Amino acid sequence: MKMKTSAKIYSAIIFLFLFAPIAVLLLFSFNEAKSLSVMSGFSFKWYVELFNDRNTLNAVRNSLVLAVSATLIATVMGTAAAWGIDRIRSNWYRRVLSTVTDIPMINPDIITGISLMLMFVFVGRMFGAATSLSFWTMLAAHVTFCLPYVILQVLPKLQQMDRALPEAAMDLGCTPLRAFFKVELPEMLPGIITGAIMAFTLSMDDFVISYFNVGNDFQTLPIHIYSMTKKTVTPKMYALATIIFFVTLGMLMLSNLVDNDDSRKLRQRRKEKKGRN
Amino acid sequence: MKKNNSKGIRTTGRAALAPYSLWAMIFILVPLLFVVYYAFTDNNFNFTLENVEKFFTATSNIQNGDGTSREVHTYILIAFRSLKLAVISTLICLLLGYPIAYIMSRAKERTQKTMMTLLMIPMWTNFLIRTYAWMTIMQDNGIINNALAALGLNRIKMIGTEGAVIVGMVYDFLPYMILPLYSIMAKMDDRLLEAARDLGCNSASVLRRVVLPLSMPGVVSGVTMVLVPAVSTFYISQKLGSGKFLLIGDVIEGQYVANNFHFAAAIAMVLMVALLVFMAIFKYLTSRRMNGGR
Repeated sequence: MKMKTSAKIYSAIIFLFLFAPIAVLLLFSFNEAKSLSVMSGFSFKWYVELFNDRNTLNAVRNSLVLAVSATLIATVMGTAAAWGIDRIRSNWYRRVLSTVTDIPMINPDIITGISLMLMFVFVGRMFGAATSLSFWTMLAAHVTFCLPYVILQVLPKLQQMDRALPEAAMDLGCTPLRAFFKVELPEMLPGIITGAIMAFTLSMDDFVISYFNVGNDFQTLPIHIYSMTKKTVTPKMYALATIIFFVTLGMLMLSNLVDNDDSRKLRQRRKEKKGRN
Repeated sequence: MKKNNSKGIRTTGRAALAPYSLWAMIFILVPLLFVVYYAFTDNNFNFTLENVEKFFTATSNIQNGDGTSREVHTYILIAFRSLKLAVISTLICLLLGYPIAYIMSRAKERTQKTMMTLLMIPMWTNFLIRTYAWMTIMQDNGIINNALAALGLNRIKMIGTEGAVIVGMVYDFLPYMILPLYSIMAKMDDRLLEAARDLGCNSASVLRRVVLPLSMPGVVSGVTMVLVPAVSTFYISQKLGSGKFLLIGDVIEGQYVANNFHFAAAIAMVLMVALLVFMAIFKYLTSRRMNGGR
């Protein structure tokens, strides 16, 4: 369908709003001076400074390790859970599960963070540990808040699927396993991908829950940035954001290319099938 | 998984669920019990109602505009301020996000993908940095005010107002409104809209009778995904509100930093209960709307 002019203008305004601060930080990362609101000249010096900053680079690495691990665990466990929830007959079990799944979403992050922290600290104290907060408690926390988002992305795809489809596949001789991979997984896939992307984004971006569960030996990027914004912020932080921006842009464009390629192949295959009929 | 009959399918369903069930119990339910436990105990873990009482009864004096002062319930006032700002931001997100989600869902496939990408990019840029960038935009000597001054206009006070906090909340959480709306609307069959038009609906009644009822699940999850972080935020209010007015998140964070875990737990518990009630009412109302729309 062709877009109306009013729709185009409206979209442009919204995206202008969404990109305004990003444009600002892209521009000021090249500022000669320390100011974040007056541009005085072009320079790469903040990038040089960034690459000499051990703490920041270490925090980036920590965040990536944490986000990738949390996304993998949450996506696999969440997809399996969505598939299971769709399948079980027991009404009370399903109701209990969907209520529990809603909890981390209905609860503000700050409560999820505080509640996990209280448990980790209490259990740690029980075993006589001085500090119980570490990479593993952070990972547990991140998996916990990513899981509902994965489930809520995958479950609707299963519910919107025609229930007769996997049965038809099995009637036509598919084993349940084959029916799962041929029918159910493709139906779920958009949800799984969206869920995984959301999980990764949420984990990379999470500040609130991490803030309450962070140990001394494992600082993530948002925690590091938070401590930076407590003091005076220099364009160095913008330089970091600019790099993240371009890496993201590259990755998204790459995934779009792969996607376009896939859908082209799919269309072609459909055409061939039609031709055969 | 081998060849299965229908009972086997149910068993595999349960098996697929087992890890998540266990995880949810340990990391979702048990921690909440700890919140309740801490809320009702003192530093020596003896039972007390003091923490909860303090939240509802603590008072302080605030200055009126005319120089007089009045006594207010400190934490109740803060709680209502948080709720007000979060609800306003959520409504703005819904009003701004709904048309975008609809435009996206009806656009050409290629355009949909481009818009989706454009929507994801800001989400992948750290939210603390984006919020900080808004601060430099809206500051008294920031980018907007410098532009106004260059044009010979008066500078506007933005940072430290509730408006600035709302801008920050809308900005940070708008994608979380658009994404669930879009993902529901994208599944909407074009033929349904065409049929409604053929049957004599104008654009407004297509929207009211077809699009709105069908997109209601998206509205519910969109509102949930915006309201929840908006009500709990403490960074946005610290930076864009210059810490002039505390939100409930600021109070919890302050108690955490001060190592008052028990009072922090009490506030968290009250907030949790209030939100659960709010969401239950909201879900009930929208589910009735959904069934009525069919």
